[in-house]
Amino acid sequence: MAKGIRDKVVILGAGCSKFGERWDAEPADLMTEAFQECLADAGIEKNQIQAAWQSTGIDAFSVGPGAMPLSIALRLPYIPVTRLENYCASGTEAFRAATYAVASGACDIALAMGFEKLKDTGYGGLPQRSRGVTNDMFYPNLSAPGMFAQLAAGYRAKYKTDKTDLKRAMAHVSVKSHANGAKNPKAHLQRPITEEQAMNAAMIAEPIGLFDCCGVSDGAACAIVTTPEIARSLGKKDLVSVKALQLCASNGEEGGFSNWDGSYVATTRIAAKRAYEEAGIKDPRREVSMTEVHDCFSITELVTMEDLFLSKDGEAVKDVLDGVFDADGEVPCQIDGGLKCFGHPIGASGLRMIYEMYLQLTGRAGARQLADPKIGLTHNLGGFPHQNVVSVAIIGRYDI
Amino acid sequence: MIGITAYGAYLPRARLQKQVIADANAWFDSGLRGLAKGEKAMCNWDEDAITMATEAFADALGRVPGKAPAALLLASTSLPFADRQNSVVVAEAANLDTSNLRTMDITCSQRAATSALLAALDIAAAGRGDAVVVASEHRLTKCASREEMLYGDGAAAVAVGQGELLAELVGSVSQPVDFVDHYRAEGKDYDTGWEERWVRDEGYMKIVPRAVEALLAQTGVAAADIAHFVLPTDQGSVPGAVAKPLGIPHGAVADNLLQSVGITGAAHPLLLLAHRLEQAKPGDLLLVVGFGQGCDALLFRATDRIASWKPARGVEGALAAGVAETNYNKFQSFNNLIDKELGKRAETDKTAFLSAMFRNHSFTNSFIGGKCTKCQTVQVPRAHYCVNPQCGALDSQEPYAMAGQRGKVATWTADRLTFDFNPPAYFGMVAFECGGRLMMDMTEVDPATFDTGAEVSVHFRIKQIDSQRGFRKYFWKAIPKR
Repeated sequence: MAKGIRDKVVILGAGCSKFGERWDAEPADLMTEAFQECLADAGIEKNQIQAAWQSTGIDAFSVGPGAMPLSIALRLPYIPVTRLENYCASGTEAFRAATYAVASGACDIALAMGFEKLKDTGYGGLPQRSRGVTNDMFYPNLSAPGMFAQLAAGYRAKYKTDKTDLKRAMAHVSVKSHANGAKNPKAHLQRPITEEQAMNAAMIAEPIGLFDCCGVSDGAACAIVTTPEIARSLGKKDLVSVKALQLCASNGEEGGFSNWDGSYVATTRIAAKRAYEEAGIKDPRREVSMTEVHDCFSITELVTMEDLFLSKDGEAVKDVLDGVFDADGEVPCQIDGGLKCFGHPIGASGLRMIYEMYLQLTGRAGARQLADPKIGLTHNLGGFPHQNVVSVAIIGRYDI
Repeated sequence: MIGITAYGAYLPRARLQKQVIADANAWFDSGLRGLAKGEKAMCNWDEDAITMATEAFADALGRVPGKAPAALLLASTSLPFADRQNSVVVAEAANLDTSNLRTMDITCSQRAATSALLAALDIAAAGRGDAVVVASEHRLTKCASREEMLYGDGAAAVAVGQGELLAELVGSVSQPVDFVDHYRAEGKDYDTGWEERWVRDEGYMKIVPRAVEALLAQTGVAAADIAHFVLPTDQGSVPGAVAKPLGIPHGAVADNLLQSVGITGAAHPLLLLAHRLEQAKPGDLLLVVGFGQGCDALLFRATDRIASWKPARGVEGALAAGVAETNYNKFQSFNNLIDKELGKRAETDKTAFLSAMFRNHSFTNSFIGGKCTKCQTVQVPRAHYCVNPQCGALDSQEPYAMAGQRGKVATWTADRLTFDFNPPAYFGMVAFECGGRLMMDMTEVDPATFDTGAEVSVHFRIKQIDSQRGFRKYFWKAIPKR
């Protein structure tokens, strides 16, 4: 019986570029920026990295396929480098690959680098792209907000939630994240917003308005992982270890079989249960110190609170409005500003979340530092609410 | 005995108010004000002669007909494809058994539908089986033209055979003559016409009476006994003017629906016939004329069944289902009559992958899903493994027609970011009553009344237009029940 990944691998270093409309920056610039920070933090030389994984979501609008964009940008010394893509979970997938490589003993030190150049399309929002030859024949031509807006319809129908109440809770999700992002110099959006602004913003996909959407940004984030033993031998103290890494992919049952009501994301629940088990967490609301979840849209974050069992079913609206997930709440969510303020350079997001958890766990989060966090959870959700890939990663202090 | 066994019609839901055309263009041609009465049926951006034909067929014979006809004839002068048999697309969208089915596109004249009807009657008379004629028209018109005021979009279907008849064929005459009241050359989008007075005096007033008199003589029927006289024309006074000297009673002259539908071109004879069949009483004589490079004239006598058989919605139902459209720009945009900025999201390559399209044609054209023979679970699309987690059987699914199924909206949104010709784009999860669910596009949505739980039916519509190559893809969309 597999014992899981818990405490087998630690983060040796992490880095993150400034996220934003980086009109000036090539992907190589973004990668170099994140990597320099990461390498300095890790305290190793580049040639000590034995394998690397690159996550990029949309090759057509960025650097093209394959892993050479990473190996060339960083002049990696002819080591194995692999490109990973798994929807919005891509960044976490690169982290998972590097972590598994170290845990397996195949290598001692591995790099996970995620980046995306989204702002070379000429328009706002994520690029319009094919979903595959056959899928394009029958899938609606939907935008990302269009996909996730449907969660609101399903949620509202299930819990008989008043439209305005739900919209207000969605607004609070965004207001909270903007308040956090305002304290983060690496965030794309650094201005606080008000509930009224969020409630009254232009409609994008009913009921998602402009301020219910995350930003669209360029960015890169990375992490170097190794074993606890090697980290100690390199002089590292206050180790941050991987407690759980879970992934769940839809098999079409939610979208094709008559039991899913559209009010939740089934894969998140499955991945979360497995992750809590792998990490030995019994009561997530009490044991998880903070989360970075996939807030591509405010409604996604709201239902994710239930899917991660941080709110009881049907109570996320109340919990959100009660400030449970605010910076000073019980389980702060998006303490760095989230996708809301960082945007969602697809390949980078998962690693950007891990970067923030790592900073918080090592007490280096500056103005937004939480008091004594022990366990951080990151969550990515790629695809449609009914058909998607979800990753849940839990990292925490190695000593607990 | 051969004759009509079923009929049906379809009109697009939107009815463009002619006043808005005049308001936009009268500065240029004040004469348009005189034509600005009433409204005309107007295709949504995702409708064309093929999709309307599919609806008219279903109105007559149902979404998934039990009895397979021997032939499907499609009449139109505005078929989307010049070389891809349009009637085959309609046949598949109509879920017809294609194991022995004649299909044919009949076009190039306003007489196409009546000529197709004559051919269909011959098929029936030869004992080959029932034949269905679907006539459908979606003509483009120039801005500020008379045609823009007078043409409308619509379709009608008439099934003929030897079975239980709604109206029997009494006789027919065809008299071709190269009278060019208007024409549309190959490669041209619009019609070019000639002076209305000449068309009336030398055309309708001479060509039609000649054919009608020949038919009456042939059948021994007195003009005074005609109960329904169908003469499609965009000249409002012509049917009455033709009928009078012939001795056809004034009350028999069919309303050309000029102010409610507009002239639906090649579809108009069958649309008007369907309209009169709805009103006909047993024993009524119906005289149908098709006019265009000559004249077809067909005479039917309604049977006792006419009183009890009705189409699903019919012309009256379609007329009643109209919703006023007052946005002239929308009409121009839907018909691609103006060079509109559609935004960068519209610029993606929309090439059709024909090999993949063919592999999936029973799904995309006929909306065939799967039903597991082990656990009876319906699923779309059909797949190797059953979607029911308690079953999971391999290759257990038999084809299952989703076309006539009703469903309910489980999730939805109105998307203003994605590209759509008619934003916002409505789509969402449809859960079918028979089981099975699918994330689908929705069309003809009323924002004020639409929400989760809304009942929907599914309809064959244009999914995407590849303007670069002139191709269009079709799939099924959900339409809320009204």
